[in-house]
Amino acid sequence: MIKKFSILVLLLGYISTYAQEYFPKNDGVHTTNTNYTAITNAKIYITPNQVIENATLLIKDGKVVSTGISVSIPKNAVIIDASNKTIYPSFIDIYSNFGLEKPQAAAKSNSPQYDSNREGFYWNDHIRSEQNAIEHFKYNQKEANNLRKAGFGVINTHIPDGIIRGTGTLIALTPNSGDASRILDNRSAQYYSTKKSVQSRQSYPTSLMGTMALLRQVNYDAEWYANGHSKVTDRTLEAYNTNKSLVQIIDAGSKVNALRFDKVGDEINTQFVIVGGGDEYERIDAIKETQATFIIPIDFPAAFDMEDPFIAEAANLSDLREWNQKPSNPKILAENNIKFTLTLKGLKEPKEFMPNLLKAIERGLDKTMALEALTTVPAEILGKQNQIGSLKDGTYANFLITSGDIFEKDVTLYENWVKGEKYEITSMTTKDIRGDYSISLAGNTYDLNVSGKMEKLKSTVKANEKTLGSKISFQDNWLNLTFSNIDTTKQNYVRLTSKISNINSIKGKAFLPNGNETTFSAKKIEKTDSTSKDKKETKKDAPVFIPVNYPNEAYGFKTMPKQETILFKNATVWTNEQEGILNETDVLIKNGKIAKIGNNLNENNAIVVDATGKHLTSGIIDEHSHIATSAVNEAGQNASSEVTIEDVIDAEDVSIYRNLAGGVTSIQILHGSANPIGGRSAVIKLKWGETANNLIYTDSPKFIKFALGENVKQSNWGRHANIRFPQTRMGVEQVYIDYFTRAKEYETLKKSGKPYRKDLELETLVEILNEERFISCHSYVQSEINMLMKVADQFDFNINTFTHILEGYKLADKMKEHGVGGSTFSDWWAYKYEVNDAIPYNAAIMHNAGITVAINSDDPEMSRRLNQEAAKSVKYGDVSEEDAWKFVTLNPAKLLHIDDRVGSIKVGKDADVVLWSHNPLSIYAKAEKTLIDGITYFDIERDKQLRREMKQEKNELTNMMLQAKNKGLKTVPVKKKEKQTFHCDTVEGHTH
Amino acid sequence: MKKSFIYILTAFLLCTTIISAQQTPAPKQVQDICIIGATAHIGNGQVINNSIIVLKDGKIELVANATTSKIDMSNMEVINADGQHVYPGFIVPNSTLGLGEIDSVRATQDNDEVGSMNPHIRSLIAYNTESKVVESMRPNGVLIGQITPQGGRIAGTSSIVQFDAWNWEDAALKTDDGVHINWPNPYTKGKWWLGEPSTLKPNKDYITQIEELTDYLEQGKAYLKGEKQTKHLPFEALQGIIMGSKKLYIHVDNAKGITDAVEFTKKNNIKDMVIVGGYEAYKVTGILKQNNIPVILKRVHSRPTSDDQDYDLPYKMAKTLVDNGILVALQVNGGQMERMNSRNLPFYAGTCAAYGLDKEEALKLITSNTAKILGIDDICGTLETGKDATLFISEGDALDMRTNKLSKAFIQGRDISLETHQTELYERYSEKYKNQ
Repeated sequence: MIKKFSILVLLLGYISTYAQEYFPKNDGVHTTNTNYTAITNAKIYITPNQVIENATLLIKDGKVVSTGISVSIPKNAVIIDASNKTIYPSFIDIYSNFGLEKPQAAAKSNSPQYDSNREGFYWNDHIRSEQNAIEHFKYNQKEANNLRKAGFGVINTHIPDGIIRGTGTLIALTPNSGDASRILDNRSAQYYSTKKSVQSRQSYPTSLMGTMALLRQVNYDAEWYANGHSKVTDRTLEAYNTNKSLVQIIDAGSKVNALRFDKVGDEINTQFVIVGGGDEYERIDAIKETQATFIIPIDFPAAFDMEDPFIAEAANLSDLREWNQKPSNPKILAENNIKFTLTLKGLKEPKEFMPNLLKAIERGLDKTMALEALTTVPAEILGKQNQIGSLKDGTYANFLITSGDIFEKDVTLYENWVKGEKYEITSMTTKDIRGDYSISLAGNTYDLNVSGKMEKLKSTVKANEKTLGSKISFQDNWLNLTFSNIDTTKQNYVRLTSKISNINSIKGKAFLPNGNETTFSAKKIEKTDSTSKDKKETKKDAPVFIPVNYPNEAYGFKTMPKQETILFKNATVWTNEQEGILNETDVLIKNGKIAKIGNNLNENNAIVVDATGKHLTSGIIDEHSHIATSAVNEAGQNASSEVTIEDVIDAEDVSIYRNLAGGVTSIQILHGSANPIGGRSAVIKLKWGETANNLIYTDSPKFIKFALGENVKQSNWGRHANIRFPQTRMGVEQVYIDYFTRAKEYETLKKSGKPYRKDLELETLVEILNEERFISCHSYVQSEINMLMKVADQFDFNINTFTHILEGYKLADKMKEHGVGGSTFSDWWAYKYEVNDAIPYNAAIMHNAGITVAINSDDPEMSRRLNQEAAKSVKYGDVSEEDAWKFVTLNPAKLLHIDDRVGSIKVGKDADVVLWSHNPLSIYAKAEKTLIDGITYFDIERDKQLRREMKQEKNELTNMMLQAKNKGLKTVPVKKKEKQTFHCDTVEGHTH
Repeated sequence: MKKSFIYILTAFLLCTTIISAQQTPAPKQVQDICIIGATAHIGNGQVINNSIIVLKDGKIELVANATTSKIDMSNMEVINADGQHVYPGFIVPNSTLGLGEIDSVRATQDNDEVGSMNPHIRSLIAYNTESKVVESMRPNGVLIGQITPQGGRIAGTSSIVQFDAWNWEDAALKTDDGVHINWPNPYTKGKWWLGEPSTLKPNKDYITQIEELTDYLEQGKAYLKGEKQTKHLPFEALQGIIMGSKKLYIHVDNAKGITDAVEFTKKNNIKDMVIVGGYEAYKVTGILKQNNIPVILKRVHSRPTSDDQDYDLPYKMAKTLVDNGILVALQVNGGQMERMNSRNLPFYAGTCAAYGLDKEEALKLITSNTAKILGIDDICGTLETGKDATLFISEGDALDMRTNKLSKAFIQGRDISLETHQTELYERYSEKYKNQ
């Protein structure tokens, strides 16, 4: 009862202390505290770079009045002596959801949802600029305690939900006073993420590229709205426009997404502050080029449990490396002068933060940089450097008092002050009793060692060199030590207790196992430092950092291969030109181009490759691929011409390397077939080790995927997918007519000079109408193929390519007349109803009808053997070998409008060539060298070397992990991320 | 008017009959056939360059060197196959041919029964001899298949058929040849699509799952020794593997599972066990060799299952196993397009040759080895006297798609059609454009 009462008094007291001055007061007289607090004799970090020894920190009303050596202390100051202590500005985390719960998820349903839940807001529920964290913020004392214990004083929190998540709120973690004091800024930044809101099941966007397109479109819509063109009210766009002036923070979550969203930001004139993935070191140059400021998580992975060799073998090299490399990420960012702050994101509890940070420091992160990353940098990001992040005059009195260097393992954090309110973690009056003692008790001598953190001490008690079980607690300078009987056959204990005033001479009471009470004394022993120093030195051995590869995974390069001058001698050369197949011919590769073709060629400094008995061809081109991408379908709408695969290229897909090993040099990454109007393609070269942007063809031809048939009408999506238009082939035609009609109207309006709403979807369709962008259309049965050609005729453009085109043979004459090419499978069929009449002679019939025919893969397995797939046209339909070879080289190059650069061995063309062990159409052919732009990206001999190196490295890392486990470090199960393999009908998040 | 209508109707009917009907099974061999001049690939590693092969009453009467053996060819149908190649019919094991027609149309699927312990489920009676997919095997030389049920712990009982028959009874080469077990997985993976961490952990239930299998066999044994007053259909179906008259096929890919499966077989005194899949068999060749366990290898044209693995691991696995003295056959099962892709079986063997195996050794993987493993080597798998005359003539190397062009194929001496739904469409539309 008394206890309860005192708490109440305490609370009332605080409330009265901090209640706003203009508030009525009915529980007593008005009081105002105008006292100062002076903390003296401390080492003070005013900023990470401005440190003064023996200084005073003078605060009042929650703010710093002054700091320095000669601060005059007013008379009405409470003085706290902080001799031998260090004061730091407290830490700031600007990417938090403290005090905000994830909103409740929308009810589940089997039926897809295409429309928005809301009225008066943007059409897409995942854009929630109108959300304000402050409206949902609920201070959580327990969480706040944990944060303060970890050294944090201010956090910027937001609702972790949606692609645009609305504004955050900047919170000072004052321990006592209420929200009125805590809220430093109630609209502190606008937050973004790559993930959709859980509050709505609206389908769009189903993919990352949809998310990126949506962000662009929102920006155009907001501009148009701001200019007063909207006839209706849209609270989301209004909020978006208001929030534009704030700092824009996006949770990208990985280095690749950081690069992707930075690019989007460039297009919408927004420099995002980017929450990274901790993997920035893998592409540090590209990260630096973004010129963005980063918010970096330090949730370093734990070692894998590698004890079961079978399981250990399954671990990927990239995951093993990640464990080794990630702790060096902050150091590498700092070395590259990339501005970054740190976040607690990804950590289960704030207390995990400091151990991870110490790991990063151990890896070489400069301590000043670390402190900046936690104080001045986050303050600057938010434009609050005059209020938080330092102890300059006038800033909030947010600081930490420690026993010394805050980035040392054994430091004690005594107090965390927020806005002048003290939060005690460890009492400053607490004696540091860590050390070695000799205890005398009842005629026996015991050795006591006290170690660990001040907040959590550990004890070791020995008697006659034998360790006894013991437990220590130390609070308010009261020591309680329990240890087991020196006679270990007995299950009873000795208890010591003492109020310690002088650690050099400790005296207290002892309770013996037999219940007798007596006294004990303990004497501190200064052990010679030599042994402990030795220990420290061995510990300080810098951990081995495995160098980064490009890409940083299996078969990555330590150093990127260079362009070379290479002379292939005596090869059988499949030119794909009028010369046909040349025997015993030399080909010179120079400056990335095919320089000479002839006999007895010589070139100084050229690497000569004896190609006698071997075959040299241009590289294989796959017209229809879904490798090397993080997304395939934007299935949230029946038209998605606003999305582009170029946004989501995955340059680290091992399929790139495996395709090179199959002689593939260029591919078109197509959008899938989830909708009649799909997304834009990426036409890339398989330059393994390069960044995504460097894979894309320079002046790349523009393509888009269209699709017909079962996939677009969702025939195989399960019985609930029956609400999206179109559900029949009849509807498909109308989708096209509708969109192209609107695109024409859109272009007319745009050209008229009248205001118009920039629409990315229609912009793309206008490109098609103007024949600036070409269609590759997924197609199976003849009726729909015919239909699309007629629609194109109606709008006066041509379909460029029908891909799959399995019934192309049924209307080859019509295709020829339209001038469309066919890119087909060699022999796939019977996997769904519409391919019942697919025949392996399709390529031959179309070819004989004069159509430009390609054989494609649509599959990461088949793409490795497209040479064999081409050869099937020799079997099925007696196509000549020379023509069959063109099906996978020159013809797809023509269909992709890159035949001026690649697709044949011709002087002046790009040196994208493959050296084969046999006739390339033969089942016995192996690619021995695959070159792109004169750079050898695959070499069968180097591959062997890579295998050996990888084996060795995996073994080293496995041993390191086993050592970690033996040391008692935490281990986790082996990670085995299954990469989803993409086909046309893959919809991310769907399994069908 | 009327006449022309009838004419059109007849034409239409003719047309559709041609298009929709399957190839008519060839009649029994009546006349002796002699193939001369071809390179005969015996299927056991041997080659006869200028051969003479005699087919009589559906059997191979003679295979010999034409330069040394002279026979009387009067009364024989003589096929001059100079410069061509003769192969024994290729055999595709562990297949669902004829159990399904169109992947995405559920009504056409008959390969996977509900329930866990289904040894009594028999593939043979569902095998569709008129499948358009099955007939498309023949122009590539794939003439025999082991039709195998899928799913559950014990998937069911397979049968071996030839691909030119009126009905499943005609088709059967070996009825109920073996029982198929899908071995439990020693590992569990996080379901990443449900947001679970993508981790690989030991499967806690693994031992229990093996024990369930052992118990089931024990129960079966006990039942079979008893009075059988009440019939237990699944236990009845175990008789063959318990008595050793049938093969036990254990479908398992990982090294640990393979090791445990071998142990299981020994413990339960099972005579004939075959590993199906065996993706990691190359890691435990010692155990397999020691226990004489053959492997029907996972499909060659597939991707390595892990990023770190050699890009050509699936291509070179067969060689590794063969080099270690293991009897290996190839299959097509696993992954997409398995049924229709079965016609590419010869090219899988070709790939094995490209990645290290001798060509004739590679040929064995789809002929004699398969026949041995399936227990049908007395009737097929090689070009040897006394075996079924199930063979074909190819213009060139049948393991290479450029040259795999069949001019003739025989099943049990019957001169089978090499036309298919697909060749007919080819001819029909080629004709259309020729006349334009």
